[in-house]
Amino acid sequence: MKPIEQMQTPDPRNVEHWRADFPILGERVHGRPLVYLDNGATTQKPASVIYAENAYYRHSNANVHRGVHLLSQRATDSFEAARAKIARFINARRPEEIVFVRGTTEAINLVAQSYARPQIKPGDEILISAMEHHSNIVPWQLVCEQTGAALKVVPIDDTGALDADAYERLLGERTRLVAMTHLANALGSINPVERLVAAAHERGVPVLLDGAQAIAHLPVDVHAIDCDFYAFSGHKVYGPTGIGVLYGKAALLEAMPPWQGGGDMIRSVTFEKTEYNEIPWKFEAGTPNIAGAIALGTALDYVDSIGMEVIAAHENELLAYATDALRVVPGLRFIGTARDKASILSFVLDGVHAHDVGTILDHHGIAVRAGHHCAMPVMQRFDVPATVRASLALYNRHQDIDALIEGLGKVREIFGT
Amino acid sequence: MSNLRDLYQEVIFDHYRRPRNCHGLSGANHTAEGYNPLCGDRITLYLRIEEGIVKEASFEGAGCAIATASASLMTEALKGKTEAEAEALFGRFRDMVTTAAAGQAAAAPEMGKLAVLAGVREFPERVKCATLAWHTLHAALHDEERPVSTE
Repeated sequence: MKPIEQMQTPDPRNVEHWRADFPILGERVHGRPLVYLDNGATTQKPASVIYAENAYYRHSNANVHRGVHLLSQRATDSFEAARAKIARFINARRPEEIVFVRGTTEAINLVAQSYARPQIKPGDEILISAMEHHSNIVPWQLVCEQTGAALKVVPIDDTGALDADAYERLLGERTRLVAMTHLANALGSINPVERLVAAAHERGVPVLLDGAQAIAHLPVDVHAIDCDFYAFSGHKVYGPTGIGVLYGKAALLEAMPPWQGGGDMIRSVTFEKTEYNEIPWKFEAGTPNIAGAIALGTALDYVDSIGMEVIAAHENELLAYATDALRVVPGLRFIGTARDKASILSFVLDGVHAHDVGTILDHHGIAVRAGHHCAMPVMQRFDVPATVRASLALYNRHQDIDALIEGLGKVREIFGT
Repeated sequence: MSNLRDLYQEVIFDHYRRPRNCHGLSGANHTAEGYNPLCGDRITLYLRIEEGIVKEASFEGAGCAIATASASLMTEALKGKTEAEAEALFGRFRDMVTTAAAGQAAAAPEMGKLAVLAGVREFPERVKCATLAWHTLHAALHDEERPVSTE
């Protein structure tokens, strides 16, 4: 998917309106106004999402798919309406292609264990990239250990962009699955997912996309991308923690065995034989995170009310502003400078460890991530122990970047660099 | 509000920029590795202990200012100590950076230069940086083969 073309310079008054929707942005940290630039880790929640969780427990709480009573019906209707909303948000064909899980990590593990493991043979290959989060590496390593398959890794170049030629070379006779990020969490690189999927499909290889970061920054159309699986977390797109989504093409989901057994995922149970439920419920054993699912639907309504194109244009403008401002900070080196990039500013400072930068910025009210971002192989690729990562969301504004630059000035002052 | 200057004292910068005893050690008879998965910092600690006394101590690796300075200051403080004294110093150091009362007592003369790290206790998320070298020391004294992790 191409990055969003700049539409027009967003009206800064819009951002102030959006900010008013997020109660936490009024917090003070170490006596200073909060500057929240750790959105890659998790985003803040608008009041409507907080209210939706609250309202569910006040007015609708009951178990889903079970009761004959009114509250159970109400809970079930809201839960399934959220599923339909999510399907529309990513342009899935049918709500049944949306499986509720705890988050991206669980979605990927579900595909690894239920789709990949039963059919992969010794000597088969799973193809990932060198820019993946641990949650799109380790589940495949487990499958490889369990089946005798091999994990192949597509390299990235010095800007942090995928080596697309190497990708096509590595797609081979034995490749059984491709698992790639849509938007790299430690680097900000956007992968050309339509092209990657098309190349894989030419060889009959299905593709899983890790959309944990992309879901909040790029319009995602699973039908246009034609990916076979798409995984994302609610909390990175202004929704609650503990709820996430696995999208899977219906035909693939139908052919997969259940992952976990329990209530809700069955049609009938006897000690001799159990019949499983239809998709998606076949994959939803046990009482789900009902409030979380409903509030995730509310979060997507919120995003829709602004428009993902508008959000992306705003964030792109801010990314360009921040990139220019950071570039002139003495001793600063960006890690991740891919041409197609979104929302992430990852960097190191000469003579100052990322952890020290993080502590000093925190004391100026600025929340960033300092560390390896659950992407240790990326750190090894760029030969750094850790980076500082500022990551953007729709409510960030120029003042936040100015505060970051001022904070980095304090770092240099304290460290005398 | 805790003061950043209490954390980042001049002595710490001095040991961060010019860490003492930062090299391998031929003739080391106790070594251990430490790792802080939170920030990716790694340290290898080398000790040469003869007749129960630490004759030489050195380290390689580390990363952030706090972890590096702590390792540097520790290796200086260890030389000439008996194994029992080194172990006791580990306990006192850990108390100094984790408990308020012990922190105030840290000015006690026996902590010497190590007292500059007392400010870490106001920064709970940085305690692991300061104690990485010390946990590695503990492992080296007990000849633990598995790398020490602060997690």
